[in-house]
Amino acid sequence: MYQYDSYDQAMVDARVAEFRDQTRRRIEGTLSEDKFRPLRLQNGLYLQLHAYMLRVAVPYGTLSGAQMRMLGDIADKYDRGYGHFTTRQNIQYNWIKLEDAPDILADLATVEMHAIQTSGNCIRNISSDQYAGAAADEVVDPRPYAELLRQWSSFHPEFLALPRKFKIAVIASATDRAAMRLHDIGLRMVKNDAGEIGAEFYVGGGMGRTPMIAPLINAFVPVDQLITYSEACLRVYNRYGRRDNKYKARIKILVHELGLDEYRRQVEEEFAHLQTLAIEPPLAELERIKGFFADPAWETGLSDEIDLSNADFARWVAANTVAHKAPGYAIVNISLKPIDKNGKAGIPGDATADQIRIMADLGREFSLDELRVTHAQNIVLAHVKKADLFALWQRLVEADLATANLDQITDIIACPGLDYCSLANARSIPVAQKIAERFAAPAKADAIGELKLKISGCINACGHHHAGHIGILGVDRKGTENYQLLLGGCEGADTSLGTITGPGFDENGIVDAVEKATNVYLANKEGEERFLDTYRRIGMAPFKEAIYG
Amino acid sequence: MADVQFLFREGAAVAAPTVALADFGADSNATAVVIQPGEDARALLPHLDRLALVEVTFPAFTDGRGFSTARLLREAGYTGELRASGDIGVDMLSHLKRCGFDAVAPATPLDAAEAETALNVWPQVYQATVVDGRKPIWALRHGK
Repeated sequence: MYQYDSYDQAMVDARVAEFRDQTRRRIEGTLSEDKFRPLRLQNGLYLQLHAYMLRVAVPYGTLSGAQMRMLGDIADKYDRGYGHFTTRQNIQYNWIKLEDAPDILADLATVEMHAIQTSGNCIRNISSDQYAGAAADEVVDPRPYAELLRQWSSFHPEFLALPRKFKIAVIASATDRAAMRLHDIGLRMVKNDAGEIGAEFYVGGGMGRTPMIAPLINAFVPVDQLITYSEACLRVYNRYGRRDNKYKARIKILVHELGLDEYRRQVEEEFAHLQTLAIEPPLAELERIKGFFADPAWETGLSDEIDLSNADFARWVAANTVAHKAPGYAIVNISLKPIDKNGKAGIPGDATADQIRIMADLGREFSLDELRVTHAQNIVLAHVKKADLFALWQRLVEADLATANLDQITDIIACPGLDYCSLANARSIPVAQKIAERFAAPAKADAIGELKLKISGCINACGHHHAGHIGILGVDRKGTENYQLLLGGCEGADTSLGTITGPGFDENGIVDAVEKATNVYLANKEGEERFLDTYRRIGMAPFKEAIYG
Repeated sequence: MADVQFLFREGAAVAAPTVALADFGADSNATAVVIQPGEDARALLPHLDRLALVEVTFPAFTDGRGFSTARLLREAGYTGELRASGDIGVDMLSHLKRCGFDAVAPATPLDAAEAETALNVWPQVYQATVVDGRKPIWALRHGK
């Protein structure tokens, strides 16, 4: 994985010093909260319902054992002994004191980490495919391109006061595991007929209150023009994105209002101009970065056989491991949606400091010292020898990290909701737990198979409810929490947005409605159909009838 | 109008009175113009050689359109004074400079020591803005 040189380290150290000075001015009172707010946000510091929340960047979701260990230590030292992994592949801490924040950033800098631009109206942390470098279907490893974009977007002086936040994802597979087209810019690295690498640019996707799937604006931007093209996309947005209404300020609205062709024309014009300025890093820089992501020397002659005589282990292997490109290896998903022996569900995405440190150790011992955070709020060990799977699983069982439910109905994405968030209208976590507990019996969840359920506690859609096969949106109805049900969303290659079934429900009612929807699926499924496939084939009507009839 | 507090060029700030972009026609004798956030600075490109001052306003520090305005004027070869005015805090100064501003007139004067610290925060830069004359880190890495 990428390692800082003295330049990168100096930039992150400078950022810590800058924020320490800004925080001092805030505490002394020479900097008003109004002026401090955008500065702290661009260092990942939010003021939530009960305390400050700090969001730490995990660039493209990849981190080393030492970095993961530091995340655990920070949870102990500055928070309440746990952290929350997010849908943007980051981690956030919910009980932070303002005066501690500069020290936390300094601690992070010792392991080449930071909280730069994890919030605020700027280019956010770049996300990517959690199986990068391990997936059999990728054209190239997308992370070097994400790292190139990370450096370009860090402290870019022209783009630090954009109309609104700006999210970029980079993938390099036909299968989209990063919800790429639901980003402000999505890049898919591709190879053209001449065998050259370039990027498809999708611009103007997003969730929030106006969900949109990003259209393709350029089918092949050559690899030595990625930064210049990105800069053109951003400049048009910075100049012409709406600033009169924060709900219409994302680039998706600009692309929609201008029309795709006009937005593209303006970008191409700006691109032609910027190409004359030589702002693109040389290919040698990309090659330097690529060196950090070169394939490790895979051990050869490894067996693909796995002894599945232990039924619990066999179930975990079936649910939580994925094919790896190298023979004898597997990709392992550690579910952070635990269900314990008594059927009690944990909080989606949360891990204790001890669990974080244990995962750090496991990453070092079993996965070439590398871990990934996924947008589904789980952890991946990308390079595990199949021969080690049983030993790894036993260690996960001891740490309550062996729940076998990847992509099942209990592997729920949920935002922090009204338990923490100052924007939320309703609680998300208790609803997620109740649904997970309703389907806690492995046989019940296995029968339903792949079903991505996503919950947001308000219309801002941090829980990706638009993209859930089943989505749940918490709203405030006359002072009471109310939950709307959506069906048919999907963040993958065949991206689609969910449709609301009808009137909302209270907390228990939504759990019942979800179960009724799964019953309709089970009664109608044909062959190997997933819930989503059946929904797409039979449509909304049978579901509506079962839920409201 | 607020005074120029920071000048990153030789000499004194330009004293000529500014006119609004809308009044700056091809026939005008004006040598100084003021641009608001929603206005297209590219309208000035045919007239750059007779301009001594372009003032770019920041009515709110959260509105970053002026950064693009500055860069594209410099990219087009404008060499006169480029002044940022309005709601400007110390933490914007280095970004303004990197986008090509060489004069800053904050609505409320800034603490000189704090400004000095803020201007010297960044040892290097990641991007080529070109207009600030700084070599980005990728150029230093590869001896460009």
